[in-house]
Amino acid sequence: MSWLARAARAVWEFVVGDDPMTALGVAVALGATALIAGAGAPAWWVMPVAAVALLALSLRRAAR
Amino acid sequence: MSGPQVGLAVSVFLACAVEAVEALTIVLAVGVTRSWRSALFGVGAATLALAAVVAALGPALTALPINALRVVVGGLLLIFGLQWLRKAVLRSAGLKAMHDEDKAFAAETQAARSAGQAATGFDGYSFTIAFKGVLLEGLEVAFIVLTFGASQHNVGLAAAAAAVAVVVVVLAGVVVRHPLSRVPENTLEFFVGVMLTAFGACWGAEGAGASWPGGDAALLALVPGVAVVALAMARWLRRAPARTAAVGGTA
Repeated sequence: MSWLARAARAVWEFVVGDDPMTALGVAVALGATALIAGAGAPAWWVMPVAAVALLALSLRRAAR
Repeated sequence: MSGPQVGLAVSVFLACAVEAVEALTIVLAVGVTRSWRSALFGVGAATLALAAVVAALGPALTALPINALRVVVGGLLLIFGLQWLRKAVLRSAGLKAMHDEDKAFAAETQAARSAGQAATGFDGYSFTIAFKGVLLEGLEVAFIVLTFGASQHNVGLAAAAAAVAVVVVVLAGVVVRHPLSRVPENTLEFFVGVMLTAFGACWGAEGAGASWPGGDAALLALVPGVAVVALAMARWLRRAPARTAAVGGTA
């Protein structure tokens, strides 16, 4: 493995860790917040709801 | 200090204290069994590397447009916060082994003894293990220092909170000369997870264009709200039908 691939893998493991679905969910929630806010509607609720849902899903996966 | 500044200082202090306790265990193990001098050189080299990361990236981060910075920082803090919370909730529910510094110390000591005779003079094993331990435990803290500090335009306060945590842990280690097994690491991990999740959600939403009712005061509802939800999830997991307990790693 080249040093570049090793570095990319280290960054991936550092940021994403062992639960890529949570990282993906956060990115989707940020995108949804931007879309809703851009449309002029209140969007502050999206991130807290996403955080609760992502934690619950992550715990459910880990507890299986 | 304003509310967000207090949140910044407390979050960085607690996160750094947790990681410093784990790094202290590693350094104590190689110091006691092999070479204090080489282990402390490793600690010094890792501390310099972490300081260089903060010094190099801090000014660059604070130069970014605030909204772009808050989306990236908020997203990353939320990912880290959810990871810390997940581990803390699983431990609280008995589905993951509690972090045990005495056990970690025994494992590190055994590994150090079985790595052969310590070299006279400079011991490469002690240096490498201490360097890697401090660097790896410190990287996440450096990241929290940078992201919290940059978002508040106050990297200095974040770095000071981290430094105070390290000094407190090191002094405690010098006094007891034993792994700090009485520090409630799992509880601290829960609080750090709550703070990172709340701040990450708040800043990420702001950066993406949302406005919080009450502005920064929304954090006064977000922090306890996240804590209550996480405690409820831990309670729910404890009461759920018996599952296979995961008692693997304690990291």
